Amino acid sequence: MEIIESKPKETILLLGNEAITRGALEAGVDIATTYPGTPSSEIADTFSAIAKYLKKKGEKPSFYFEYSTNEKVALEVAAAASLSGLRALTCMKHVGLNVASDAFMTYLYVGCRGGHVIVSADDPYCHSSQNEQDNRYFAIFASAPMLEPTTPEEAKEMTRLGFEISEELQSPILLRTVTRLNHARGAVVLKKPVKPRGKGHFEKSPMLVTTPAVARARHPELLKMMERAEKISEKSPFNEIINVGRPDDWGIVTSGVSFNYVREIVDDLNLDVRILKLGMTHPLPRKMCEKFVKSCKNIVIVEELEPILENQFKEMIYDLGTNVKLYGKSTGRFSRLYEYNLDIVTEALSKIFKVKNPISKPVKPKIKIPGRPPSLCPGCPHRATYYAVKKASPKGTVYPTDIGCYTLGKEPPLEMADLLLCMGSNAGTACGLAASTDHTVISFMGDSTFFHSGIPPIINAVHHSHDVVITILDNRTTAMTGHQPHPGNDFDGMGRPARRIKVEDVVKGCGVEHIEITDPNNIEETTEAFKRAIGFKGPSVIVSKAPCILLENRAKRKAGEKIPVYTIDQEKCKKCKICIGKFGCPAFYYAKDDSIHIDEQQCNGCGNCVLVCPFDAISKKKEMK
Amino acid sequence: MSDKISIVLTGVGGQGVITAANILGKAAVNAKVNVYVSEVHGMAQRGGSVSCTVRMGNIFGPLVASGTADAIISMEPSEALRYIQYANKETKVVTDINSVIPFTVAVGGEEYPDLDDIFKEINSRSKLYKMDALNIAKESGALITKNIVMLGALAATDVLPFKSEILLKTILDNVPAKYKEINKRAFEGGMKAIKQS
Repeated sequence: MEIIESKPKETILLLGNEAITRGALEAGVDIATTYPGTPSSEIADTFSAIAKYLKKKGEKPSFYFEYSTNEKVALEVAAAASLSGLRALTCMKHVGLNVASDAFMTYLYVGCRGGHVIVSADDPYCHSSQNEQDNRYFAIFASAPMLEPTTPEEAKEMTRLGFEISEELQSPILLRTVTRLNHARGAVVLKKPVKPRGKGHFEKSPMLVTTPAVARARHPELLKMMERAEKISEKSPFNEIINVGRPDDWGIVTSGVSFNYVREIVDDLNLDVRILKLGMTHPLPRKMCEKFVKSCKNIVIVEELEPILENQFKEMIYDLGTNVKLYGKSTGRFSRLYEYNLDIVTEALSKIFKVKNPISKPVKPKIKIPGRPPSLCPGCPHRATYYAVKKASPKGTVYPTDIGCYTLGKEPPLEMADLLLCMGSNAGTACGLAASTDHTVISFMGDSTFFHSGIPPIINAVHHSHDVVITILDNRTTAMTGHQPHPGNDFDGMGRPARRIKVEDVVKGCGVEHIEITDPNNIEETTEAFKRAIGFKGPSVIVSKAPCILLENRAKRKAGEKIPVYTIDQEKCKKCKICIGKFGCPAFYYAKDDSIHIDEQQCNGCGNCVLVCPFDAISKKKEMK
Repeated sequence: MSDKISIVLTGVGGQGVITAANILGKAAVNAKVNVYVSEVHGMAQRGGSVSCTVRMGNIFGPLVASGTADAIISMEPSEALRYIQYANKETKVVTDINSVIPFTVAVGGEEYPDLDDIFKEINSRSKLYKMDALNIAKESGALITKNIVMLGALAATDVLPFKSEILLKTILDNVPAKYKEINKRAFEGGMKAIKQS
C-alpha cells in the first residue's frame, strides 16, 4: 500500500483527498471521523482502507477511525477526542457542515486542545450535490481559522501544518477544499509521520460547559483567538506574493484552485502582474493585503462562487482611502455561479487586461449525441421497489425522496421523485404534504440516510398521526458514495465486527404501528405490501430489503459463483415494451429492426425482468458470466 | 512539441477511464515529468459519461482549455465526439469503434447517431484514429484491458513526453502478477493498431 509504505522524501501521485489523509498521518493524527459524501469520501475511505489493510497483516493502525452516523456526530466524537488532548480530523462534504453546524458554531467558543482539522469539501457546479454553497462563509460565521489548498501537495502540507496551527490557537480549523482539488491527482513529496499520542486524558473545566455565563465569557476569547490567528496568517508560508514579468501597478488576488488558472493564464497572456496567492484565507493577513493594495492601482479578484475575498478587499480599500480600481464579481467580470476553468478565467482576464483571448470559442458537435446521465444500475433493487410502488399507488400520489442512489429514480420511465431538500427530508416533507393536502404520500430514503437523519421525522409522523407511507430502501450499504458501512452492518469502517442495528427495530421503537418488511425482488408481494400500507390510516413504514446488486455480485464472484444472464425469446416477445418503457432497466435496448434485446455485458442477473414481462418471453440463459 | 501536454480521456462509467488516467499520471511521476490529473467521481460510476484530463509539463492545473488538447482518447465513439470541443485540427483523437448505447435511446427516445457520421465529424475537426480496441482486448485475453489497449494507442501517437516503455512498466507494476502478460499484450496491441493506421 503505497500511501503508507513509501519512504519519506519519495514522490508519489496522490488524489487530493488521499493527500489530506497522508498529511494527517504525517501529523500523527489519533482519530478521524466522517459521514461519507462526495467529493470528500476518499479522505475517510483511505483511513478505512489503511485500517483494514493493517488488520489483514495483523498490525494495529496508529489511529482510530469511524464512519459516524452523521456529520454532527462525527464532529462531536472528534471534538471530545481533541478536548482530551488528541489530534483529530473530521471530514465531510459542504452540506455535511450544515448538519454539523450546531456543534461547529459553539465548538469554536469552547476551543480545542489537540489539533483538530475539519475538512469541508465544497462542490462548485454541484457535480454531485444538491447545492453549491460556499462554506468559506462558515469560517467567517463561526470565527474559524481557514486554509484553502491549491494542489494535492499543498493539501497535504496544509493538513499537516493545520494541526500545528490548531494547537497553537487552541481552536479547530477549517480546511476548505473544492471538487477540483479533492478529485485531482498530483505529485506529493512525503514526509516522515510523527508518532500519534495514543490515549488522551480529559481535564475537567467549567469553561467546557457552555451555559450562558460561560458562552458570554468565551465569546471575547474567540475574538482574541482570531487576533492571534491573524498574526499567524501574516507569517504563513501559504500566503505569498508572486511577481510575474515586470509588474507595475496591476495585481491579482486569488486563492485555492483559482490560483492554478490565474498562474497559467498570466503566462499565456504575457501579463506583467503581481499575484497575491492566499492560502490562509481566514483571517486574512490584513497587513500583507494592505501592503499589496497600496502597491497596486488595479486589482483583479479571482475566486469561485461568492465574492468573499472581494468584499473584504473592498472594505480594505475603503478603510485605506486609496484610489484602487477593483475588478471582480461586482464589476460583472466574474460569475458567482459554478466552477471556473481556463476558458472562463482567460475570457475575463483578457477583457480586463485588454489583450487577445487565445482560446477559441468551444464548438459543440454538430451531430446530436444522446445524453448519458447516471442511472440506477441494471439489477438495482430500488428499481423493483419503485415499480411495485407505482403499481400500488393511486393517481396523484406524491413521492418525496432523499439523498442516495435512489434519487436517480427521478428519471423516466420510473419518475419516482417529486421533492428533495437534504438528507432526511423525505419523511419530514411527507408529514407536511399529509398535513396540508389530500394527496397520497409515499416517501423514500435509504438505510444510511435513515440512520443519518431519517429517524426524527418518523417520530414526528407517529406523534402527530400523519397519514404517510415512509419507505426505507435497505440495501445494507451507503452505495452512492462508494459502499461505506453504516450502523445496519455487522462490521465497521476499520473492518472490525460491529453491533448491527436493524432498521425495523428502530422503527418499531419509534411507535410505528404498521410496519412491513418486504423483498423488492418479489415484485408482487411488494406491491401488495404497499397497497396495505396505503390503506392503513396513519403513519406506516415499509422496509424494502435487498442488498445492492453490485455488492452482491462482487461477493458472488469472490466466492467463485457465476452471475446469471437473461435473454429474450424473440418469438414470444410481443413488443409491449413494459421491460423498457415501464421498468426501465438500462440493460435493455432496441436493435435496428426495433426488436428488444438484453445487453449481456450490462445485465447483472437480478431476473426481475422475468417478473415484469407479461408474455413469459424472458428467461435465464444456460451459460452464466 | 509544446511545453504543455493536455490529454482528455473519455468513455462510459465502468470502462476504466479513471484507472487509465491514474496510470498515466503515475507514469509521468516515474518519468519525473510535472503532471496533474482531474477525475470524475460519484454519480459518474452509475453508467454515466466519464471524462478525465491529464496534463503534463509547464502546467499549473488539471483542466484543459477548449481547442487545446493534444490527444483525446475515447473508449466509446460518441463519447469522443461529446468532448470534441477540446480538439483542434492537430489533435489526435483515438477512439474505439464499439458503441455503448445509452439507455436514453431506449427509454427517452433519443437517437444514437450513425457511426460513420460520428467519425466524419471528428475527422473534419481533428486527426482521427479509430480502432477495434474491444477486439484487441479480447484477443489479449480480457475485455477489461480495453483501457490498456487505449493507453498503448496513446503511447504510439508520440504525444507523451516520455518513452512508451515507462508507461508499460507503470501498467505492469500496477496489475497483479497473473495479469501482467494479458496487459502487456493489450498495450502492445494498442500500439500496433496505431502504427499500422
